[in-house]
Amino acid sequence: MSKNLRFDILRTALAIGIALFIALVIILFASKEPFTAISQLLIGPLGTVRHFGNVIEMTIPLVFTGLAVSIMFKASQFNLGAEGAFFFGAIGASIIAMKVALPIVVHPLVAILVGGLIGAVITGIPAVLKVKWGASELVSSLMLNYVALFLGLYLINYFFRDVNAGAMVSLPFLETANLLVLIPKTRIHFGIFIAAIMTVIAYYYLYKSKRGYEIIVTGENIKFAEYSGIKTGKVILMAQLIGGFIAGAGGATELLGMYTRFSWQALPGYGWDGVIVAILARNNPILVPIAAFFLAYLRIGADLMSRTTDVQNDVIAIIQGIMIVLIVATSFLSKYRHKMIFNEAKENLGETAKEGK
Amino acid sequence: MNQLIDIIFSASFGYAVIRVTTPILFAALGSLIADRAGVINIALEGTMLVSALTGVAISAYTQSAWIGLLAAMIAGGLVGLLLAYFSLNLKTDIVLSGIAINLMASGGTVFVLYLIAKDRGISSSLPSLVLPKIQLPLIDQIPVIGAIFSNHNVLTYASLIAVLIVYIFLYKTPLGLKVRAVGENPDAADSVGISVIRVQYFALITSGVLAGMGGAYMSMGYVSWFAKNMTAGRGFIALAAEAMGGASPVGTFLTSLLFGFADALSNNLQSLSVPAEFIQTIPYIATIVGLVIYASRKTAQINKIKQQEK
Amino acid sequence: MGKEILSMQNITKVYPNGIVANNRVNFSITKGEIHALVGENGAGKSTLMKILFGLENPEEGEILLDGRKLSITSPNVAILNGIGMVHQHFMLVPSLTVAENIVLGSEPRKGKLFLDMDKAIIMAEDLAEKYNFDIDVRAHVKDIPVGTKQKVEILKALLRGAEILILDEPTAVLTPQETEELFKELIILKEKGHTIIFISHKLHEVKHFCDRITIMRNGRSMGVYNTKDVSEEDISRLMVGRDVILTVTKNKAQPKEVVLKVRNLTFVNEFGKKALDDISFSVRNGEILGVAGVEGNGQRELVETITGLLKCGKNKILIEGKDISVLGIKELRDLGISHIPEDRMTYGVAENLTIEQNLISNTYDKKELNNGFLMDMKKIIDTTVDLVKDYRIKCNSPKQTVKMLSGGNIQKVVVAREFATEPKLLVADQPTRGIDVGATEFIRTKLVELRDDDSAVLLVSADLNEVMELSDSLIVMFEGKIVAYFEDTDKITEEELGLYMLGVRKQTNEEIGGVVYE
Repeated sequence: MSKNLRFDILRTALAIGIALFIALVIILFASKEPFTAISQLLIGPLGTVRHFGNVIEMTIPLVFTGLAVSIMFKASQFNLGAEGAFFFGAIGASIIAMKVALPIVVHPLVAILVGGLIGAVITGIPAVLKVKWGASELVSSLMLNYVALFLGLYLINYFFRDVNAGAMVSLPFLETANLLVLIPKTRIHFGIFIAAIMTVIAYYYLYKSKRGYEIIVTGENIKFAEYSGIKTGKVILMAQLIGGFIAGAGGATELLGMYTRFSWQALPGYGWDGVIVAILARNNPILVPIAAFFLAYLRIGADLMSRTTDVQNDVIAIIQGIMIVLIVATSFLSKYRHKMIFNEAKENLGETAKEGK
Repeated sequence: MNQLIDIIFSASFGYAVIRVTTPILFAALGSLIADRAGVINIALEGTMLVSALTGVAISAYTQSAWIGLLAAMIAGGLVGLLLAYFSLNLKTDIVLSGIAINLMASGGTVFVLYLIAKDRGISSSLPSLVLPKIQLPLIDQIPVIGAIFSNHNVLTYASLIAVLIVYIFLYKTPLGLKVRAVGENPDAADSVGISVIRVQYFALITSGVLAGMGGAYMSMGYVSWFAKNMTAGRGFIALAAEAMGGASPVGTFLTSLLFGFADALSNNLQSLSVPAEFIQTIPYIATIVGLVIYASRKTAQINKIKQQEK
Repeated sequence: MGKEILSMQNITKVYPNGIVANNRVNFSITKGEIHALVGENGAGKSTLMKILFGLENPEEGEILLDGRKLSITSPNVAILNGIGMVHQHFMLVPSLTVAENIVLGSEPRKGKLFLDMDKAIIMAEDLAEKYNFDIDVRAHVKDIPVGTKQKVEILKALLRGAEILILDEPTAVLTPQETEELFKELIILKEKGHTIIFISHKLHEVKHFCDRITIMRNGRSMGVYNTKDVSEEDISRLMVGRDVILTVTKNKAQPKEVVLKVRNLTFVNEFGKKALDDISFSVRNGEILGVAGVEGNGQRELVETITGLLKCGKNKILIEGKDISVLGIKELRDLGISHIPEDRMTYGVAENLTIEQNLISNTYDKKELNNGFLMDMKKIIDTTVDLVKDYRIKCNSPKQTVKMLSGGNIQKVVVAREFATEPKLLVADQPTRGIDVGATEFIRTKLVELRDDDSAVLLVSADLNEVMELSDSLIVMFEGKIVAYFEDTDKITEEELGLYMLGVRKQTNEEIGGVVYE
């Protein structure tokens, strides 16, 4: 186990290293001021409190979607609906925040809860379609992301639009709904606690509860799960409902913490980032915040780079893609791994042989 | 309602259906070749984006739409090659490889777009070219039919010919036979000395070229520029179209047409008083519904076979 | 007698796990004969043929073809030298036509680019006609019956110039009529000068159609015989004898109430063949009922219907009087059924999870292991540490992944888990297959202990040693039916058992009915 873990860490680190190296090479060629760009990318976020604050702010939604994707991937379900769940959860929460008068504290909690439930519906639909009819959750969840986007925009633009505002934005939220900003000079908000609590709950749920155990076993070997008496259809459904709930709650939290109106006109992309966070964290909730922080750091670094130099922050997408491929690649470093396993087996054999005699 | 019927039964709507079917059809044919070789190509979406940008960039640089098209096709093939390398050599799960490529493509195209056009959204500052439209002789003269079928972009006709070529390739050539054998029973193919991995490489590269033509159409025919994430899920719709088409060229053509219809409908209904956002969901909902019908029919078939056996 | 065309000399094959599959085996065939290769499961027949076809490389020995030494490193080398093989699992592409399957890999072309389908059809038809195969080469393989599929496989080999044709248990999937037809065709092949090596368990077939027999047992050749010189009884005796390696000491069984009732159970498999044909028996607590038989005679289906992996009809299987047809696997397990599956890596464990996680898959939701919302991790650790100790699972810690264990220790994980619930009924399917002697002995002892603790045990095994040593009573399955019941296993000899297993003999219905208790 410890060797496995060591190997995983090594491989992840190497994958990140290679991805960053490729990105640096690209920057070197694409930029007229590559060294400024690289230093902005790598250490820019440490420059000011505000910038570092930005990293933390971005970590929050990434934790939510990272957890959501982790739980669904843990059940071996390729549901990519976290994106739509995050977006539509935010819409649901906005409506509560605008239209339902509730006391302070209760208001955001209700909004987040509603966001979560709506998120669960978004990821739950592909899950039901899969369990009931065998339709691929991958394609249907992707399609549903678009449906969520357009339906959400329809709701906001037609029913909750602030006609007096210059842009396409919703009415302002009631003040009772907003999440408290914790640290002055930044926008780090109360959502960080919610994210932390979610992480802990997700960790305990997945690794310390019987339902989480069912998810893990089903995801690893569905035949073994069925043989053991686990009702796998239910488990698959449950994992995706929970994933959607977390993503939806994340969208709600992001909106109430960072905005005073709903103003997104496109999918924010956090659901996709959740895939990378989950892969970096090896679907382990406890590692999700670290992975989310890492990705947020890169993103803010890239933003700073694109603001101060001629390199666009989209270069991050290439880093992400390479990281995914290398971390998941089973034959990446497989020779090394094989040697490790072989050595261990040899040790074990040696022991058995001794005991046999 | 009457207004709706008027729209659907107009010649211009028929024309629009064919026009919007083209990119879906190309990508669906790409999906078909990969699928028949037993490899699922989730990266079609990203491939189309890369090719769409390549076409614009190269045609602007060379001032030749044809060289632009060629470059787009090569770019598509290279993306297919990359996917094959990731999944067949590095042994990364092919779905995650596809997701990774899509991510890289959606960010990478914007990155490159900014490098060459100094804009993060659209390529209109580039003097890129479009591929020509073709007037069909004779058919052009027939009322209604002419209006529907003539005067399309050259790639639209190419996509229809591609259906035929893919059909001939799969069913009438030795390599096509190998592709089908590899996809269905790799052990059987292996046992008669066919290199499974080589056939799959070939299929993914071809798949990329086809998706690349779809991408070129998007930026050099459908519109005359490249825009960020302009494929808007067509690569995924194509996946569904191919699955629903029963992985056959003709079936895929018909389902692509169906999704093209949904797409055209959503474009045209925007003139009605129905909210635009509402209508924009039509292609995606149609895809989900289609997917479910297809999947449930398939499970029903399996159940039926099982019951007969009892 | 023709002249010797192929001989394999002193072939020794040791698999990486240390199992000696072939031990200095000599094997030779003469031109134009049908040569049977018989032996129990695991006797080394398939390994020998895989070596001949280039799928395995032997540690020692050599192969002579027409007197010249040949090193067969891959199937392609075998094919080039006129050796073809029809595998037990067909290597066909279902949606392609018969003709397409036959020419696959060496397709005729029209011009450079196109497939010459007409020529392919003519080639296939000519070939079929030459060997008198009645076959529609335009049909799709998915639509044709199993027997015809086999013909396609044979034609494939013939098209590639096979002079020597290896058939690996070709009749295992065939109906009697199809078998008949196959043999007619094999005789035609023989008349045309081909030589056929025929792997089989079915003695009457061997006796009727083959010229000579090589018998294998425990990786060794037991000699070559002319078929007409030996009786089915002789063959059976040579094949089925055993070397007693392990004995298990046990007291006489004290069977009490009936736990498992199987009544008139029939199961039709995906090929439309009756895998189980009107089976009835009972298992009582305090006894081990063994199910002997050559593999593929319905044992797998029997185990899967009892354990809920396959669905069966109403009132066919009852546990303590409860009809199980409406129950899910969870409910079955709650009734007190445990199951050691035949395929432990697919059903028995999740190899990427830890020993601990694998040990609790049937108890993780029980009150004892849970503490409200959370699982009681300390309790789980204690329980699993105890199990690891009790079942002597060799590992560094219960947190190790199962993948890192040896086969014997993986099986101990399965056994430990399935025994820990103190089941009323244990269904053990090949519980010691492919594992080391130490683990085998341990698991067998545990099985007897479980019986002594008043569990009912149904033991399915193709290993004669195992069924004879462990079972108190024994049924024998042949072609989906129970063909014999022995109330006291000690009173039978393996020779006798072999005759029933290989379908040479069958008891009367009254005798077989003895296994039905109410």
